[in-house]
Amino acid sequence: MNVREWVRRAAEKIEAEAERLSRLDAAIGDGDHGHNLDRGFAAAVEALPEDVRPGRALILAGRAIVSNTGGVAGPLYGMAWRQAGKALGDAEQVGAAEVGAALRAALQSVQELGEAVEGEKTMVDALAPAVAAYDEALAAGGDLPTCARAAAEAAERGAEATIPMQARKGRASYLGPRSIGHLDPGAVSTALILRALADVASRDA
Amino acid sequence: MRKLINAPADVVADALRGLAAAHPSLRVDPVGRTVVRADAPRPGKVALVSGGGSGHEPLHAGFVGHGMLDAAAPGEVFTSPVPDQILAATLAVHGGAGVLHIVKNYSGDVLNFRLAAELAEDEDVEVVSVLVDDDVAVEDGARTAGRRGTGGTLFVEKIAGALAEEGADLERVAAAAREVNERTRSFGVALSPCTVPAAGEPTFRLGEDEIELGIGIHGEPGRERVAAMTAAEIVDAALTAIDADMPVRGAEVLVLVNGMGGTPLIEQYIAYAAAAAWLEGHGATVARRLVGPYVTSLEMAGCMISVCRLTPELTRLWDAPVETPALRWGR
Repeated sequence: MNVREWVRRAAEKIEAEAERLSRLDAAIGDGDHGHNLDRGFAAAVEALPEDVRPGRALILAGRAIVSNTGGVAGPLYGMAWRQAGKALGDAEQVGAAEVGAALRAALQSVQELGEAVEGEKTMVDALAPAVAAYDEALAAGGDLPTCARAAAEAAERGAEATIPMQARKGRASYLGPRSIGHLDPGAVSTALILRALADVASRDA
Repeated sequence: MRKLINAPADVVADALRGLAAAHPSLRVDPVGRTVVRADAPRPGKVALVSGGGSGHEPLHAGFVGHGMLDAAAPGEVFTSPVPDQILAATLAVHGGAGVLHIVKNYSGDVLNFRLAAELAEDEDVEVVSVLVDDDVAVEDGARTAGRRGTGGTLFVEKIAGALAEEGADLERVAAAAREVNERTRSFGVALSPCTVPAAGEPTFRLGEDEIELGIGIHGEPGRERVAAMTAAEIVDAALTAIDADMPVRGAEVLVLVNGMGGTPLIEQYIAYAAAAAWLEGHGATVARRLVGPYVTSLEMAGCMISVCRLTPELTRLWDAPVETPALRWGR
């Protein structure tokens, strides 16, 4: 799979959904999630070099996101892409096993930096079930498109499942029980990035 | 959305160009987004760097100058700065005695400053970070991101800045900053929401006769929504919350009655009269005070009250000369 295409597809989806993500954020945060991510992912696309290995490309994309996004999303997504890139190492070809390792590294990075666990109404609520679904499909012998689709579907279900949760992290947590009844914008953007993975994996297959 | 802007995407850079044009005492990079004292770096002086989302002016860039901050890193509106900016500001002011990062306790600010501090240490610059979390409206620290940094940030920056200007070392300056934070509590009230330029719509809606108690400084809703009250009742609610968390009886206090951006000074003075009377009535002595819009939330209407329990040393440092765009005395 071409990981650069994954970054580009994720950036396209985020650009298309920026208004909606910011509206979701306005309900329980400060209304900038979509616009910030759009700026960061556009910079990541700009930063993607063609002449380096896939892992290095993701590291550079992650650095661009850290440098151009701000907020919580910048460090969390940027460092997640960086760690995903590091997990790919020097691999020339990226297949189902490599993407699995990258996703696990991304989840670990988000959880460590964000000090978040599942159930706190954050991106972890989309990413953790996505990684679990990916690994399950992989263990069952699934190919990359199958695993990636399982991850995208689990992420989307995970994002939906944040609606009844009370936020425990970030600015939404200040609302207490008033954060219940809203989608978490970070979980929604995470689901978009995993859907982008499924799109590219299926297209390349 | 009616705003005095050129384009939503250009708000921060355009404002920084204005700041640069108005204040030759500052070195402003509108693209890299740093605001630095023109005389930096000062060899042997501990440097103070703060930053955060824009939209809180004059915080932080308006507090860059003699006796306060050495540099500020302003992010997008209500969005924390990126590590690159904070690192650039840190390296620009490092005078060999280390750098103090003053960080308001918001998840984004904490993460971006942490990454910047790690990058600065790679360049052999010693960085100590102090978190400001003076807001008493966040009641349940275990179930939230913790108390927010709000109006008390001004006290921390002024007092730590005065000590650094006197030549104290990094450890002492950091200790003073922590001491001020520990002795300060704040509580804010919104009478209207505000509109982030890039979003174009108010961050929340309030009915004609509603106010939000316990707000932060990013246009986020507060602790509870209640029916509109008089200035005296609002001040009573704020100071009662502060006093419950940090009793003021017997203390000499420094008080900030802070306009949130959309409330006129005449109303801020009405609030100050109520605050001064409340504090004296509850056994505190108001030794120092400040009234005005210093830590704002765009055009939000409302006010925030911050109270610091002074010591003679803190009072002395508060009185020390300061010369910045937004705060100046004694020089």
